[in-house]
Amino acid sequence: MSEAVIHDDHNDHHDHKPTGIGRWLFSTNHKDIGTMYLVFALIMFFIGGAMAMVIRAELFQPGLQFVDPQFFNSMTTVHALVMIFGAVMPAGVGLANWMIPMMIGAPDMAMPRMNNMSFWILPFAFTLLLSTFFMQGGAPAGGWTMYPPLVLQLGDGFPFLIFAVHFLGISSIMGAINIIATVFNMRAPGMTFMRLPLFVWTWIITAFLLIAAMPVLAGAVTMLLTDKFFGTAFFDAAGGGDPVLFQHVFWFFGHPEVYILVLPSFGIISQIIPTFARKPLFGYASMVYATASIAFLSFFVWAHHMFTVGMPLAGELFFMYATMAIAVPTGVKVFNWTATMWKGSMTFETPMLFSIGVLFMFTLGGFSGLMMGITPVDFQYHDTYFIVAHFHYVLVPGIVFGIVGGVYYWLPKWTGHMYDETLGKWHFWTSTISVNILFFPMHFIGLAGMPRRIPDYSTQFTDWNMIISIGGFAFGLSQLILVWVVIKCIRGGEKATDEVWEGAHGLEFTLSSPPPFHSFTTPPEVTDATAHS
Amino acid sequence: MAQKTAVSAKKLFAFAACMFGFGYALVPIYDVLCDVTGLNGKTGEVSQVEAEARHVDMDRLVTVEFDTNVNPALPWKFEAEEFKMKVHPGAIAEAVFIVENTSNKPVVGQAIPSVMPALASLYFDKTECFCFTTQLLEPGERKEMIVRYVIGSELPQDISTMTLSYTFFKSPDSNDVATTVIKTDRTISTQG
Repeated sequence: MSEAVIHDDHNDHHDHKPTGIGRWLFSTNHKDIGTMYLVFALIMFFIGGAMAMVIRAELFQPGLQFVDPQFFNSMTTVHALVMIFGAVMPAGVGLANWMIPMMIGAPDMAMPRMNNMSFWILPFAFTLLLSTFFMQGGAPAGGWTMYPPLVLQLGDGFPFLIFAVHFLGISSIMGAINIIATVFNMRAPGMTFMRLPLFVWTWIITAFLLIAAMPVLAGAVTMLLTDKFFGTAFFDAAGGGDPVLFQHVFWFFGHPEVYILVLPSFGIISQIIPTFARKPLFGYASMVYATASIAFLSFFVWAHHMFTVGMPLAGELFFMYATMAIAVPTGVKVFNWTATMWKGSMTFETPMLFSIGVLFMFTLGGFSGLMMGITPVDFQYHDTYFIVAHFHYVLVPGIVFGIVGGVYYWLPKWTGHMYDETLGKWHFWTSTISVNILFFPMHFIGLAGMPRRIPDYSTQFTDWNMIISIGGFAFGLSQLILVWVVIKCIRGGEKATDEVWEGAHGLEFTLSSPPPFHSFTTPPEVTDATAHS
Repeated sequence: MAQKTAVSAKKLFAFAACMFGFGYALVPIYDVLCDVTGLNGKTGEVSQVEAEARHVDMDRLVTVEFDTNVNPALPWKFEAEEFKMKVHPGAIAEAVFIVENTSNKPVVGQAIPSVMPALASLYFDKTECFCFTTQLLEPGERKEMIVRYVIGSELPQDISTMTLSYTFFKSPDSNDVATTVIKTDRTISTQG
């Protein structure tokens, strides 16, 4: 776009940065915007985490201790919305902003001003969402899935919830379009598609998922809005609508959404594992095809979230087999990562530890997912703590660990300083131990029948709930180490080399640490030898 | 390059807009799928002539149970005259329901049917039903309403009992009762 060109002319002195608050408010620089995304995600991670702490405090004992049930339900609902749309997705987009231009040999993102806009929508969207806590009727409490008719009973906060979701959708669609336009049009000479680093590949596919799925969510919540205020009856049985229709439309978005969350994490560990195994990624092409197949299949499995809602047998079977089919490309990826480590000269720096953590614990979460994909047994697991255990295993040690691993991996590149390795290892081990204390026992109480989204429970679940809560508090505290490491690393430390890691490959490691304000002003030449794929 | 970026962006924005439309297209697609598969117990509608022409299976009796519910927003009483009846597949049967407006205002209601087991709904056809249209009851009015239905003789052998459930909802048209003619055509198409 023309503004990109104008902007480049404007800043033709290298490293000429705007200063003060204007540098951030009006930023069109992919690194500054990436940093803002990551900082925003970290803040949201702690806000959402604080809500989880309220949930775990209330569930420490049976009975009602600290909060009333309505507020408890708001906590579970808003915790999910904040973590998904405020922490994980912006963290992924932040890493994409920082790394993709450097990885493909481009000076910046293709549409820098749109990039600024897609970030700055986020604080407004979350102001809308979080302001509902101070409104008549309180914050959304009907679950993050916003099922009608329950969600329509929300008070004054309802339109704020809907418009927050609209804004989040617009933000992520613009971010996705920018990423695709950048990768399609701004690759360095010789950087063919099959030479792209896997993180870039997973992000292209994620971006397409975003563009295909987020508008469907926007449509679904718009229908909710018109049902409530404009007399339509999409989900209102009295007017000939059907509330179950919402579940179908929502999960048509919702299942691709889980791959929107996880694919960037897959991309990150596909960069990290080869570095610390000192071997090229095993099965690069199969990795690309597996990722694309996962994304494609994700549009045909949505109803496995709603097996119990009532479906013809043929429907239950179709969605069961389609769900099982996703395990095949996912298995390909897990085997490829394992094979990459096979006979490698491995070292275990913090990014590698987090990646191995992802490999182990994401796979564990994947297995419980397979269990729930089997229709008849899902009837037992549905809406119990078993599903809570499953999606937290894939989301926390599967995705958050991947993102944190990526932060450790690229932090020296961003700041020019090595982070404190001892603290990093402490962060990994405290997180890993506490995350398992937190989420593993949820499998047991779920199988024993404890329902999710309930502030009180039967007394036989007390012991495990206490252990879970202790794990939760420990996990929350462990994350403060990350903040400490990042601040310490920004302020100083051992000088990082350009390559940062002994086994690191890729264009981002040919730039200085920290890299120049505009990444590649003259495009590098990429050959088969340098592509490392 | 700027030109290429603009082209990509336009295409991608157009794709996003199409997907927004697709979200809305899922609504009619869903209705069609429900009709075809019997999902959510949506029942079929046939003409009287067509129903009379069907073969009656005199060797078989199927129990049909009736379940009646009223949404709390609707100040009505609603009951089936008989809670269950036995019918031969292929024979036209009639069930009577009694509904009463217990409030002091005219109210429009709409009954939504559902058949369990869902598989049976594929073989459950009505020739006449109060659920095809909205119903207006004056204050205190009591009314008998009729459902005329026929069960297809291809009904799988393992189904010997089915439940026809109705929930009466307050129609969104209720508020317009005083001033306008009640629109009934809006709901018919989705009730088939």
